[in-house]
Amino acid sequence: MKNSTTFIALILFSLQAASAAPPKDTCIACHSALEGDLAKPSKQFEGDVHHQAGLSCADCHGGNPNDESMDAMSHAKGFRGAPKKNQTPDFCARCHADAAYMHRFDPKMRVDQLSQYLTSVHGKRLKQGDTKVAACVDCHGVHNILPVSDTRSPVYPANVASTCAHCHSDPRYMKGYGIPTDQAVRYQRSVHAAMLAQGDMSAPTCTTCHGNHGATPPGVTSVANVCGTCHVFFVQLFEKSPHQAAFAKMGFPGCVQCHSNHEIVRPVDAWVGSAPQSVCITCHAPGDKGYTAAQAISTDLANLNSSLARAEKVLNVAERDGMEVSDAKVELTDANDALVKARVNVHTFDDSAVRKLTDSGVEIAGKSYQAGVAALRERDSRRKGLGIALIAIVLAIGGLYLKIRQMEARNNN
Amino acid sequence: MATLYRKTLNWLDERFGAGSVEEFLRHKTVPVNRHTIWSYMGGITLFLFIIQVLTGILLLLYYRPTPNDAFESVQYIMTQVRFGWLIRSVHSWSANLMIFTAFVHMFSVYFLKAYRKPRELTWLSGILLLFILLGFGFSGYLLPWNTLSFFATKVGTEMAGSVPGIGKWLLVFLRGGQEVTGATLTRFFGFHVAVLPGLATVLLAMHLLLVQRLGMSVPPSVERAIAEGRATPRSMPFFPNFLLRDMIGWYAALGVLGGLAAIFPWELGTKADAFAAAPAGIRPEWYFLFMFQTLKYLPAKILFLEGEFAGLLGFGAAAAVWVLVPFLDRRIGFGRVTRFFTGLGIFVIGFIVVLSALALR
Repeated sequence: MKNSTTFIALILFSLQAASAAPPKDTCIACHSALEGDLAKPSKQFEGDVHHQAGLSCADCHGGNPNDESMDAMSHAKGFRGAPKKNQTPDFCARCHADAAYMHRFDPKMRVDQLSQYLTSVHGKRLKQGDTKVAACVDCHGVHNILPVSDTRSPVYPANVASTCAHCHSDPRYMKGYGIPTDQAVRYQRSVHAAMLAQGDMSAPTCTTCHGNHGATPPGVTSVANVCGTCHVFFVQLFEKSPHQAAFAKMGFPGCVQCHSNHEIVRPVDAWVGSAPQSVCITCHAPGDKGYTAAQAISTDLANLNSSLARAEKVLNVAERDGMEVSDAKVELTDANDALVKARVNVHTFDDSAVRKLTDSGVEIAGKSYQAGVAALRERDSRRKGLGIALIAIVLAIGGLYLKIRQMEARNNN
Repeated sequence: MATLYRKTLNWLDERFGAGSVEEFLRHKTVPVNRHTIWSYMGGITLFLFIIQVLTGILLLLYYRPTPNDAFESVQYIMTQVRFGWLIRSVHSWSANLMIFTAFVHMFSVYFLKAYRKPRELTWLSGILLLFILLGFGFSGYLLPWNTLSFFATKVGTEMAGSVPGIGKWLLVFLRGGQEVTGATLTRFFGFHVAVLPGLATVLLAMHLLLVQRLGMSVPPSVERAIAEGRATPRSMPFFPNFLLRDMIGWYAALGVLGGLAAIFPWELGTKADAFAAAPAGIRPEWYFLFMFQTLKYLPAKILFLEGEFAGLLGFGAAAAVWVLVPFLDRRIGFGRVTRFFTGLGIFVIGFIVVLSALALR
């Protein structure tokens, strides 16, 4: 009796255990046993962000993942299959545009990707039937989608440029669109790309200026707004300057007129003035007001630069020789700050505004230079003092030596 | 002048028998042999110690031992106080030269077997004085409160904290808390200007008294040559012959100190910031480098002991052997140089030089 009760309890327990096991995903089970393209999704999907969030193939493709027969992929059972290129945005947006659904996974996640995409050049062209343009999967991947924060993701900030370049740098693929294909190459030479390469993830890449889902080239009039999202002060000064109206009148695209667009290199002071490297002389000619102002600004910046270099040189020599000049070095950072502010104020294109700052910098650098010169004078006087002291010491040692010899010679006699 | 000197001496003699001191000095002699040059190292170390006391007192007039003021007060001494740069640089250089000459003095005494009977206590007091000098170096290093000294002290006190049993207590005792803070600074200042000087004065008095009482040792090789008739015993009066020679060494030390202070003023560095990352290549003062490097090479576990603790235990045992050398080197009492202890001395010098050089690489 006791044995039969145990047997029944074991059967009941195993039945209960079987009912508690997770349902089998027949999509993965069958596709992983296949070969080629039909097997690829099941292998890639394991690392996919959707799989990590607990979603299955059927959550996107429909069908019945519990059915082990081919009926699992019956359209009658809701199987949607693989979407065509022009169906992709709506396919993804089924979930990604559903705030209530998406916030179950991440309350901060945006759900406007589709609406933004439809405003983009890519979205508009796709609607018109151009299937060469980028849709969701072209940038994010298909069954191997990774979070943006994952360094392997094609949309991770450091990878964005090469993801865009995949199409935009291919002259054959881009043929017929009438846009250049050297943006990525030029961007790689920019100060922005250099910062990104150094690990500064806040440095701009393609999507920072063009938008991501709503990707569109900034128009001539909105360039300053794009640059101004980061370079706030420069844009504010530019907007108050005489160039604002002049550029608008001449149809110049703001910042990029002087700084270029994709190949935005680190600016140098020689860009201002009348030297061959200057960007001012592309519009201004000798004798006009802008030309004179550019020359004055260039002279003032050069003055401050040479004052700074002179002070730094003398302080470095003093420091190398062991003199305590840390206060003077700290003060010199104020002169460096003045140089930075003067360079920002170049965007006022007002030579008097720039001179106010360069003059204050020159004054501070002058004081630091004097402190360095005083330190070197002090170093020299210390060395002279040492020389005199050493002569006295050598004389004392010589005197002692003679005294000992004299004393011991007397004793020996 | 001579009459005034005689009158003063008589006055002092009537009160505490100063005449016997004069008598002692008049008759005190110093053995002369080919190793006599080493006898001056102790005098130079003493001279540098006196320089340390004098410059230390002058620095005390301006130094403020708080985290907010320490760095700035040293900076003030170096830039605003007349000859402050010289006093501070001489104090720092002299500290290092003093430890160097103390090591040279110790090893010369060791190899010339001057620790043998009856000078065991002179050796003991000398070794304890060297430990106190290292304590002066360790505590003084933190006082300018700059980045290097702050993190070096952190590493140094952490080592003390790895001693099982009393490690935690020792760490808190040294730091005045769990971390290197203002409490550590005031504590180290107290050690540097009160506790260690007190101990050093007592030990130095004892050491000098023993040196005067027992006289300077004649190396065993010279003793043997005299005993075998190969050499004749030679000596010179301590006063003034030896003292004048000593003074030549002191003047030379003063010249070297002045030169170093004027041409290579001691750096101040940047103010310590507890929240900043430790600078790369942080290491202690040169005289602790061999220990620091040895501990770096040790594995995490040696048998059942933590590697660092095993290292410290090893250094402790080695220091104990070193202190007790006069009692362990029994055969030297009979005038025979034991090869083992000479070899041990050469090994110790080689170990210190090689490990320090590796740390400086």
